[in-house]
Parts: sequence; C-alpha cells; structure tokens
Amino acid sequence: MTEMTYREAVKKALADELRSDPDVVFFGEDVAEAGGAFKVTPGLWEEFGPIRVRDTPISEQAIVGTALGAAITGLRPVAELMFADFIPVAMDQIVNQVAKYRYMSGGQFKVPLTIRSAQGGGAGFGTQHSQCAESWLMNFPGIKVVVPSTPADVYGLLRGAIREDNPVYVLEHKALYNMKGDVPDDLGPMPLGEAKVLREGTDVTIVAIQVMTHRSLEAAETLAAEGISCEVIDLRSMAPLDTTTIFNSIQKTNRLVIAEENPHSGGWGGDIVSLAADEGIYYLEAPIKRVNLGGSLIPYSPPLEDAAIPTAQRIADAVRGIVPAKTH
Amino acid sequence: MTATPPALPVTTRRESLKSMMQIRQAEEDIQGLFLANLVRGTTHLAVGQEACAVGTAAALRAGDTVTCTYRGHHHALALGMSVKALMAEMLGRASGACKGKGGSMHMTDASLGLLGANAIVGGQIPIALGAALTAQIKQTGNIAVTFFGDGATNIGAFHESMNMAAIWKLPVLFLCENNQYGEYTPLHKSTPVADLAVRADGYGMPGEIVDGQDVEAVHAAVSAAADRAREGEGPTFIEFKTYRFRGHSRTDIGPYRPEGELEAWMQRDPIVILKERMIADGQLDETEYAELQAALEREVHSAIEWAKAEPFPTLDELTTDIYFEGA
Repeated sequence: MTEMTYREAVKKALADELRSDPDVVFFGEDVAEAGGAFKVTPGLWEEFGPIRVRDTPISEQAIVGTALGAAITGLRPVAELMFADFIPVAMDQIVNQVAKYRYMSGGQFKVPLTIRSAQGGGAGFGTQHSQCAESWLMNFPGIKVVVPSTPADVYGLLRGAIREDNPVYVLEHKALYNMKGDVPDDLGPMPLGEAKVLREGTDVTIVAIQVMTHRSLEAAETLAAEGISCEVIDLRSMAPLDTTTIFNSIQKTNRLVIAEENPHSGGWGGDIVSLAADEGIYYLEAPIKRVNLGGSLIPYSPPLEDAAIPTAQRIADAVRGIVPAKTH
Repeated sequence: MTATPPALPVTTRRESLKSMMQIRQAEEDIQGLFLANLVRGTTHLAVGQEACAVGTAAALRAGDTVTCTYRGHHHALALGMSVKALMAEMLGRASGACKGKGGSMHMTDASLGLLGANAIVGGQIPIALGAALTAQIKQTGNIAVTFFGDGATNIGAFHESMNMAAIWKLPVLFLCENNQYGEYTPLHKSTPVADLAVRADGYGMPGEIVDGQDVEAVHAAVSAAADRAREGEGPTFIEFKTYRFRGHSRTDIGPYRPEGELEAWMQRDPIVILKERMIADGQLDETEYAELQAALEREVHSAIEWAKAEPFPTLDELTTDIYFEGA
C-alpha cells in the first residue's frame, strides 16, 4: 500500500502503461515538456521520449482525430483535452467519429483509445473551465465513460481504460487532484462498469460520483448521528452503468437520493431516476430526490460557486426530506 | 498546372482506364437505384472526378491508408473494393462492405487500407494524421492519404490538421478534389482565393495544383509527394482541379451552374482524355474500348442483381459492433 495523491496516481497509471506496452502513446496540449496544466504528467516526456509523449498545438479536433486514426491502425493512444470544457471544441471527432467508427464500418475496427480531461468545479476556474462532462458523453453509444473518485480508482480505472479495445473517456475531477489515498501496490488495471458501495446503510441510498461521493459520505456521517443510516454508492463508471448495484441497494433501503454536479435538465441523475421508476418502482417508499446545480451555471465568485455546487448539507437535507424522523 | 505528364506503363494505363470506366458505370447505375428508391437517404456521385481517385490509388502501395468523403464511391472502387460489396452496401445488405450499416456515405474496407468515407465535411482529415502517426512511430514507410473537397478547406479540422501534420512532419498527403462547388455554392462565393493550393504556404508545406482530369498527372504528383513523405520530408497539399458532372446529391441537376460551364468541363472528361491518349499511342482502339465498356456494364449490372437478392442484416445486428466485445 502506498499513499499518493490522485494527481500522482494518474501519472503512475500512465507511466505503468507506457512502460508495459510500446504501442501506448500520449499526447495533448502542454503534457510533455511542461508536464501538464495541472502538473499531472511531469517526467513522462523525459522517461518515454518525444516520439511517444508529445505536445500538440491547441487543436482539439486534430488531437482527437489523430488519436482515433492512430488507434485504428495499431497504436494505443492516450489523448488529453486539458479541460472537459474543451470537449465541445472536438465534439465532431468525439461524437461522429470516435463513437461511431466501429459501428458504421460494420465492426472492421477496434478503437483502443483513451481520452482524458480534468472536469468539475470548486476551484474558482469560472464558467468555462468548471463543467462536468459525463452526462454529455453518456448520449453516445460507442464510448465508455469513467469518473474516478479516489487515487486508487483513478489509477486502476485509467489503466483499465488504456487496456480497453474500445474508446474510453476518463474524466478526472480537478478538485480531487490533491486528494491523498492508499493505492495497493499490486493494483492493476481495473474492469470498467463496476460501481462501489462506499458505505453500507439501510434507510436511504445516495448515488454519486467524484466530489459528490465525498460530500455524500460527509452527509452520511452527519445523518448517522441523527439515527439515519445511509448507503453511499460511487458509480465510478457512467457507461457502462452498473444498474445491479443500484437496484440491490434501493431494494434494501427503499429510498433514493442522487447527488450530481450537473444542471438538473439532462443530468445523468435523470437516467437513474428512470431506472428506479421502472424496474425499481416497487422497491420505493418515498419520492426520489435529486441534488444538483438546478438551472444555474458555475460562476467565479466564491460564495456563488459554493452555492451552485451541492454541499454535504444540501445532500443531508434531501435525505431528511424523504426519511421519516427517527424516534429515539 | 504542369504540361503533359510522363506516360504511365501501358498496363497501368489499361488498369486506370478500366477502373475509371468501372466507377463511371457503377455511379450511373447508382443514380438509377436512387431514383428507383432502392438507395435511401442521399447519395453523392463523383462522375467527372474519377481520375483523382484512380491516379492516386495507382500511386499507393500496400500498407498505405486512405480516408475520404461521402463522395467516395470512386475512392473505394479505385482502391479495389468489389462492385458487389459496394452495391450490397448501397442497398443496405448484410454482405455489403460495412454489413449494410454504413451506406453510400461510409464505404470502408480496412483490408484495402480504406479507413473510411466520412459524412462530416473535414471529419476524415485528422483521422489520416493518426494513421500517419502510426506509420511514423512504427517506421513502416507507409503513408496516409486524405481526400476532401474544396468546401472542407474552410472548416477548422482541415486547418488544425494541416498545421499539426506539418509540425510533426507526418507522412500524410492532403488531396483536395476542387470540384468548384461546396454543395450548391461556387468556390468564389465561399473562398477568397481561387487556388486552394496557396493555403499550404501558411502551414509551411508544399502546395501543388494538378489537373484532376488527367489520371497521369494525378499519378505523377501523388507519387512524388508520396516519395517525399516516405523519406520523412512530411506532408504535401495537392489541389486537383476537377469538376463534378452531376449535382451535389440526390436529384440536384445543378441549376446554379453558369451556362456552358458543365459542357466545357465535359470536354475534359478524364476517361476520354486517357482513352484518346492511348489510341494515339496505339495502345487501344475503339473496338477494344467498346468491348471493355460492355464487359463493365455486364459486371456492374450483374453485381446489382446479385446485391438485390442478398439478405438484409438480421435485426440482432442493430446492437452489435457498437463495442468490441472480444477478448
């Protein structure tokens, strides 16, 4: 077991895959000589050289398209789009090319391609550098989407993504880069599509990812003191989505709260509601509550940004709204 | 444009003539299939532009790769796709080049190096950079070719790709089939320069203008650029001056064309140019030409009849090939 930051775990995953497979290449804006905008990748260029670790021009379409072309011809590229907010700049390549390439060719290609971006708010980057992107990407069959919440998960899931023979978008949360955690020394590539129960409970299920999992755990701790037992699920992967873990949990708790760092409309929480309202409807004993950005964007000013992004307090309040008060 | 290009060997000339005639015949018949409602959606013909594809294909070698556009039947056939696979794909049959999932705009055959025809203007260009990157890193000596139209030179992916290919000295050829129209809009209304080749200057790479109606000129220019790319000298932009004899798509008959323009370009039919050159050089006579034409008609018609009888994909194909699910 080694303690490291989320940032260090990303770099270790990249380094381990670059070391284990000569077909792995890594490129993006300022990832090589400068070591990345978030200083995630210093040293990779020095260790693996300028052929395999490359700086690109600020050209998101070219970055993604090049990675796709390389993936279908024998390399195993990892491309970085610095901020998830830059995804729309490359949206044609992601949506029309990467996601559809295998399908529209009738299965002629494997697409072993990983794209990484830093997403999420809470760091004062303002409206165009703070969005979460997983809900956008979930609308494109053909791409897998993972959203690691801890150093161990980002290490294992990034390695798992690079080993995949399908396109995987790895969304790292920039507010987690400094988070420390234990990474097992023997941890290898992790399978994609498995949620994790972070805390077991009996009264309510809270489904979350990334920063929201940590705030949900905080809420669960507060609520435990009030006699409310929360089960907290970290989805870890949005596509494929581990519906079994969600169903198993709401079958037990009969109540569901979804915490996400997205606007309400079109956020993935709606998908979880849809699953619960269909196959899970007979398990439920209370309305489903969603905690999210509502209709707001993410502003710069600290108190406004704090008000936009769900807090542990807001998550706890949502739980209190659907769990009957305990009599002591 | 250069003067008369060097003559190709007679066997290459014969193959090129046959390939252009096969493409012409197939596309004339595809238009009929569309009008008969057997080809759905839309289809884009390259009638008049055959030399661009055929001359290029003859200059490539095994291992080279091509990405191209929705106006791409000529690329597919020139690279060696069978008329049967093409027609079955046109008709959405399981035995089509893409199992019927692609259709007219997505002819793809990885085994021929044809990495795909793209329905997004310019979308195929950066993908060629990736194929070139693989060739560069694995030191295969292969090159990547990307075809696009004049319209694509106004889209961002083109400019990003020209720049990055030049910076990385990738073995990629940017081949622009300037057929004078982006959909219905003439080039001079969409683009402030008459010669697109000048755009290469901004990216520090060679830019050439080539007669796209002359298969030997195309072959010569692509061969030279391919040699440079294989030697590590980086990308080249080639503008083929060409013309589509048909409309943009579907039933468009080109009412926006100035009077006499089509007729003038049809005087420069790439098939006729090569045919007459071969006759003048004693390599072909009218009888042989008529026999070749008749044989190609039979081949294309029989491929269409075969394709019409082929089964559609089974419905489980709807959700296969979204992900690779093998080991």
